[in-house]
Amino acid sequence: MPVLDIRNLTVAIDAKDGASVVRDISISIEPGETVCLVGESGSGKSVSSLATMGLLPKGALKVTGGEILLDGEDMLKLSPAELRDRRATRMSMIFQEPMTALNPVIKVGDQIAEVLEAHTKLSNAESHARVMGILDQVGLPDIERVARSYPHQLSGGQRQRIMIAMALILEPRLLIADEPTTALDVTTQLQILRLIKDLQQKHGTAVLFITHDMGVVAEIADRVYVMNRGDMVETGKVMDILAAPKMDYTRRLLSSVPSLVPRPPRPVASERLALQVSELDKIYGGGGFLSKAATTHAAKAVSLELKAGRTLGIVGESGSGKSTVARCVMRLIDPSAGGIRVGGQEIADLTPRGLHPFRKRLQMVFQDPYRSLNPRLSIEESIIEGPMNYGMPRAEAVAKAAELLDLVGMPAGSAKRYPHMFSGGQRQRIAIARALAMEPELLVADEAVSALDVSVQAQVLDLLTEIQERTRIAILFITHDLRVAAQICDEVAVMKRGEVVEYGPTAAVLGAPRHDYTKSLLAAAPGRDWDFPNFRPVAA
Amino acid sequence: MPVYFLRRVLAAIPVMLVVAVFVFLLLRLTPGDPAAVLAGDMATPEQLEQIRASLGLNDPLYVQFLRWMGDLLRGDFGTSLISNQPVLDLVADRMWPTIWIALITITLSVIVAVPMGVVAAWKHRSWIDHLVMTFSVLGFSIPVFVIGYLLIKLFALDLGLLPVQGYVAPSEDLPGFAARAVLPALTLASIYIALIARMTRASLLDVLGEDYVRTARAKGLAERRVLFRHALRNAAVPVMTVIGTGFALLISGVVVTESVYNIPGLGRLTVDSIFARDYPVIQALILLTSGIYVLVNLAIDLSYSFLDPRIRY
Repeated sequence: MPVLDIRNLTVAIDAKDGASVVRDISISIEPGETVCLVGESGSGKSVSSLATMGLLPKGALKVTGGEILLDGEDMLKLSPAELRDRRATRMSMIFQEPMTALNPVIKVGDQIAEVLEAHTKLSNAESHARVMGILDQVGLPDIERVARSYPHQLSGGQRQRIMIAMALILEPRLLIADEPTTALDVTTQLQILRLIKDLQQKHGTAVLFITHDMGVVAEIADRVYVMNRGDMVETGKVMDILAAPKMDYTRRLLSSVPSLVPRPPRPVASERLALQVSELDKIYGGGGFLSKAATTHAAKAVSLELKAGRTLGIVGESGSGKSTVARCVMRLIDPSAGGIRVGGQEIADLTPRGLHPFRKRLQMVFQDPYRSLNPRLSIEESIIEGPMNYGMPRAEAVAKAAELLDLVGMPAGSAKRYPHMFSGGQRQRIAIARALAMEPELLVADEAVSALDVSVQAQVLDLLTEIQERTRIAILFITHDLRVAAQICDEVAVMKRGEVVEYGPTAAVLGAPRHDYTKSLLAAAPGRDWDFPNFRPVAA
Repeated sequence: MPVYFLRRVLAAIPVMLVVAVFVFLLLRLTPGDPAAVLAGDMATPEQLEQIRASLGLNDPLYVQFLRWMGDLLRGDFGTSLISNQPVLDLVADRMWPTIWIALITITLSVIVAVPMGVVAAWKHRSWIDHLVMTFSVLGFSIPVFVIGYLLIKLFALDLGLLPVQGYVAPSEDLPGFAARAVLPALTLASIYIALIARMTRASLLDVLGEDYVRTARAKGLAERRVLFRHALRNAAVPVMTVIGTGFALLISGVVVTESVYNIPGLGRLTVDSIFARDYPVIQALILLTSGIYVLVNLAIDLSYSFLDPRIRY
């Protein structure tokens, strides 16, 4: 008998004639099996898992049909108290963002012990022993100290281990993991995936793993369910889905996954240097009035060069200093030492006033298109603001905005509308149009495609390449995603703890890495052995 | 923590110094001559000059300031120009009624408002939420003196349950003090109940949408525990700010209520001294209120680090 058997589940918006967001889906998971539920944002994968746990947001969504059988017992027929009793004992859930999923003001040991308090009658000593036992199992060091820590005192990976410990302490039959590694660095992700696998084998837990990342799917899944806009598209064994998808949607989804194999090098179009960073240093912190703070050396002697019409990638994990370098180049923060030359002009030590004429030559596209556009300004106003600051007459700026919106592939008539009326991908196009309105020589893209679904990501990457070929703009591309870097960058710099550890043409750095750190990053990239767009293993 | 405490206390010194300079200048530069007030309408120019000289009002400003600061540091706040009593005694006398009323008001507000806000957030968009919000709008919009006189009419005049006005120190007559303090405290509390209830509700609504609340539910915790253990403490920091600022405002802003209820507190002392241009008293009062603000802010900041371990200084 399957551990979880979802039959013809339908979830709709909790209102009269509310639209359905999940339609007639069925999922089953056998004991000890790992099933991946994949899909892009809005596919209904998280909604399905929350419905299983009975955690759909009250007053917003409700189950309107179907059954959710856990060991044959229909979760939808249980009273709230019975349902609470099943949580953590029979089914558990871990979430995407381990920072926000843990209560910041309660020690993590107490947060785990709370599960025992709610569901068992263990004495304090027994409970403490159980907590220590599970902390040890999830591979945390110095467990007594960790148990007494608050979430903010632990790293992202450690926090996710705490979440896993909390979820598995009562050995539930089913573990639902909703994008549990998406917010983590690749090397940490690999460790967490292994941990889940190990614990699953040890306890025979069934795992429902929700992800948008095909690499992760290739890494851990036994079987795969593919969802799209609330419908189940197809299901099958992982190798069948990856090698021979039957449905068009699955095929398109897999084709959009950027390959880890670097694209063929492009000829150098111009010898003109768009950006030259030399011996850049940035130290954060230091004492203020009546305070002593530790300093962080976020960038150490970073030197980079970027020619017009080329793309330079800076890759690295969180805390590597890649965003610090981008911000220094933009002069959003002041470098501590070193030089930054844009189009031959030194800008590292200019005053804000002196910097003004050069601002228009550097423009930035940010990670989160939902927050980087002012919600109170229409698209057109956002785009014309910059050029008008530099003296362009309004009529001319408006005409230019229309032209740019067309260039980035926005439908006609978008100009007067507001950001919330557009999807994430469209907003990122708008953000690119806004940056281009200044006719910059250098575009800094800080994780500009990281928040986007793969199919949209592919479109935005194509757009950037196309614009680059047309305008000869230089792009400094900050990313943690080696797949994206392999497909868009001409050169790559790998950063670790503020230092550039490897720097060169993409084909060399990602194709034949020399530094151990680059090698470990590549080795940790999930699904590195599978060539998704070609539905086959990577040719050796 | 002790280091932090010490640093905060030290940091308060320059703040108080700036306040002192400001207070000194503000009053010296305001039109109106205290010597003229003291001497009365019939005084000759010679008499005026004599009084000025005896008060040191003819010296250059910086001499006056240094002399004044020196006196302050020795604990001498001067003598009231009007009553000839030492200012320190005068203020100390009037301080207790105000502080007592403020304490009772803020305690009452918290006891009433926090549960109101919690229930409103928990039963978001229900009738009880709407009721709380309606009450809160009323509390904000009805002027203090209207509520004051309404309460007097109802409880003191019509029902005869409580005295109309006046003040008795709690050390002398505790029931008498309570009977006289309850109406002014209620009057003052109306706006703070509205404010704190609103703040609690908004802050808790935010927190109830947080991921860790979902995690707590996913652990199978009872709803009561989710609310009190996981949500409320996280929602407490902004509420604490409002309570603290509210308390400080109460000390300095009770003029109207003290007039309505005829309480010999700081509010009335302030009004009286301003009308009489009683410089030493006004200065002492401003210094006292600033000092209370600084102390209350310190207490609020310390409460933050107690409520939220992420806040460390």
